[in-house]
Amino acid sequence: MGVLITGTNTGSCERDSPGHVRYNSVSELKWRPLLLRIRVKPDNTGVVTDGVKHSMNPFCEIAVEEAVKLKEKKLVKEVVAVSCGPQQSQETIRTALAMGADRGIHVEVSGKDYETLGPLQVSKIMAALAKKEDAQLIILGKQAIDDDCNQTGQMTAALLDWPQGTFASEVTLDGDKIKVVREIDGGLETIKINTPAVLTADLRLNTPRYATLPNIMKAKKKKIANVKAADLGVNLTSRLEVLKVEDPPQRQAGMKVETVEDLVGKLKEAGKV
Amino acid sequence: MALRSTVCRLLVNPHRCAFFSASRAQGTAAATRPAKVQFDWRDALDLEGQLTEEEVLIRDSFRTYCQEKLMPRILLANRNEVFHREIVSEMGEMGVLGPTIKGYGCAGTSYVAYGLIAREVERVDSGYRSVMSVQSSLVMHPINAYGTEAQKQKYLPKLARGETLGCFGLTEPNHGSDPGSMETRAKYNPSSRTYTLNGSKTWITNSPVADVAVVWAKCDDWKIRGFILERGMKGFSTPKIEGKFSLRASATGMILMDEVEVPEENLLPKAVGLGGPFGCLNNARYGIAWGSLGAAEFCFHAARQYTLDRIQFGVPLARNQLMQKKMADMLTEITIGLHSCLQLGRLIDEKKAAPEMISMLKRNSCGKALDIARQARDMLGGNGIADEYHVIRHVMNLEAVNTYEGTHDIHALILGRAITGLQSFTVGK
Repeated sequence: MGVLITGTNTGSCERDSPGHVRYNSVSELKWRPLLLRIRVKPDNTGVVTDGVKHSMNPFCEIAVEEAVKLKEKKLVKEVVAVSCGPQQSQETIRTALAMGADRGIHVEVSGKDYETLGPLQVSKIMAALAKKEDAQLIILGKQAIDDDCNQTGQMTAALLDWPQGTFASEVTLDGDKIKVVREIDGGLETIKINTPAVLTADLRLNTPRYATLPNIMKAKKKKIANVKAADLGVNLTSRLEVLKVEDPPQRQAGMKVETVEDLVGKLKEAGKV
Repeated sequence: MALRSTVCRLLVNPHRCAFFSASRAQGTAAATRPAKVQFDWRDALDLEGQLTEEEVLIRDSFRTYCQEKLMPRILLANRNEVFHREIVSEMGEMGVLGPTIKGYGCAGTSYVAYGLIAREVERVDSGYRSVMSVQSSLVMHPINAYGTEAQKQKYLPKLARGETLGCFGLTEPNHGSDPGSMETRAKYNPSSRTYTLNGSKTWITNSPVADVAVVWAKCDDWKIRGFILERGMKGFSTPKIEGKFSLRASATGMILMDEVEVPEENLLPKAVGLGGPFGCLNNARYGIAWGSLGAAEFCFHAARQYTLDRIQFGVPLARNQLMQKKMADMLTEITIGLHSCLQLGRLIDEKKAAPEMISMLKRNSCGKALDIARQARDMLGGNGIADEYHVIRHVMNLEAVNTYEGTHDIHALILGRAITGLQSFTVGK
C-alpha cells in the first residue's frame, strides 16, 4: 500500500510562502497475511491464505504515517490511500483513513487476477492513478513482507518517468525538491530529487501511530472510491507464471565429531572445503 | 456506509474461510453443496462476524497498543507494585477513556466497543483495566450523567485526555456490600454555601495519586449524594493500602476526609439516593463482564500453548485427556460468556437493558474467569506460580475482580430478588 500524495500540477501549485509548495499525496497500501504459521498449499501453487488474518504491510504503515506527518506539517494538501485487492483490502484503507488519510481509492482486483497480481500490475495502476489524480508525490512501503519483491516503487517511477527516493529513512520537502536520506549497504546516502517523485519507506523513517478511537470514528465519514483496473486502462495479465512453491528443506540431523581433524575430514568429504 | 459495512462484515472474515483448501475445491467444481466451515477455537461462535467494521478497527488498533505498550511493562509493575501513571495519559491519547460519552473530547462510541476495549486491556492486566474502568465509568460517567454543564466542561475534557486522574469513593471500612448505611456525612453550611465532609472510604482504586475524587456521602436529609473533591482541599488525604496481593499494578488507597470544605458547585445535582452510585457501578460492571473474559482468554491461550510445548512421558501434555477436558471447558465458558456480553452491549446501546442483566453477566464472567485462571495455573504446573508466565498474576487479580463491584454472592441475591420477588439481603422481612 502506498500513500499517493495527489496535488495540483507543478505549474499551478499553491504557494503560501516562498518555497513552500502544497502537495497532495497518495499512498498505496498492501493487504497481506499476518505472520502466523504459514503453510504451503497442497498443490504447491502458493501459500494458504484462506482463513489467515490479513493486515496492512508494516512498511506501508510507515508510508502512511509519513504522508500524514507531511500533511500535519502543512507541506501536503491531501493524502489519498490506495489499495489493490479483493473486498477485504478495504480494511487497510480504513486503517489508513483512521491514521489520518483524507480519502481512499480501492482498486478492486479479485479471484484469478488477484492471485497473479504483482509489482508490474500494481505499478501500472499507481501510474494511471497518479496521472488521474494529478499526484505530486507517491509514497509506498519499500517492499511487502509476503513476497519481498521491492519492485513496485521503482517500477512506478520508471513508468511515470519520475525520480525515485527508495529505502527512505528521512524525507525533507525543500521547495519543489525533496531531500531523501537513503539506507544503503554502506551506510546512508543523501540525494535531492525533483518533484513529482516516488518514495519508498524503510523501517526507520518513522514510528506509525496507533489509530485513536476518535479518528477511527471520523474515518467512517471519509470516502473510499471504487475503481476497476480496466477503467484505468490497465491490463492485469501477468507475464510471470509460478511454477512451484515449496517449504524450505527440513533441517537435517547434525553429526558429532571427536577432533578437529575429523571435522576437517568430514568437510572435505562433503566438498565444502 | 451501513450497506458497505454489512457487505464488509460478510466478506471480511478471514477466519470463516469458505473453501477448505484449494485441492478440495477442485473435486466439487460443479456442486452447489454448502462450503465446509472450519471450527476456530479462537472465536468459536464467530463473534467477529457480529461486530461492525468500526468496532473491529477499534479493537484491533487498541489490541496492538495493549500488546506493544502495556504488556512489556506489566511483569515488573506487578512484581514491584508500581503504578505507571503514564498509561492513563497514553490511553487518553488513544481516546479510550470515557469512550461512550458524546462530546467533551470523548469518542462517543458504542457500548460494545467499550466492552471490546476492556477485554483487550484486561488481557494484559486486570489492574490496568480497573484504572480504565474507574476513570471512564466511575468518574467520567457520574459527572456526565449527574453533573452540571459547568462541571462537565471543567472536568470531562481533562479526564478524557488522562491529564486528570479520578477515583470513586463509595465503599467504607465498615460498609462494603451495604453502602446504604455509610457513615460519611456531608453537612451543609448555608453561610459559606459549602458542604463539610467527614468520613473515610477504603479500597479506592487510583486514590493515592488521583487529582479528583467523586465521593458519596449522606446529607442532612439522610439521602446519599455525590461530591467532586479535589486534591489540595484541606483535610483530604489518600493513604496507600500496603500489602496487596491483587491488582498490584494499580494504586489502591483510602480517602480520609477530616472536615473537608466542598463548595456547593461541586455537588452532583442529578443524583439523589443510591441510584446515583449504582448507575455508575452498573456502567463499570458491564465493562468488567467483558474484561474478565479477556483475562480468561489469556490464561486459556497460555495453558494451551504451554501444554502443547511441554513434553512429559514422551508426549506433549496437551495429548492428555485431563488437559483437553479442561481446555474444552475453558473454550465453552469463554465463548458463551463473550456472546452474552455482546448481546448485553447491543441491548444497552438500544437502551433496552435492565441492571439485573448486567449483574448476571458480571457475576458469570468473573466467576468463570477466576475458575479458568486457576485451572490454567494448575496446567502450567510449577511454572504456573512464576510471574514470568503471567497466569498466576491473573489468578491473583481475578480474586479482587470477582469481589469488587458487587461480590459473586451479592449479584446472586440481586438475581434472586428478581426471580422470586423476595429480597434476601437483610434478615428482617
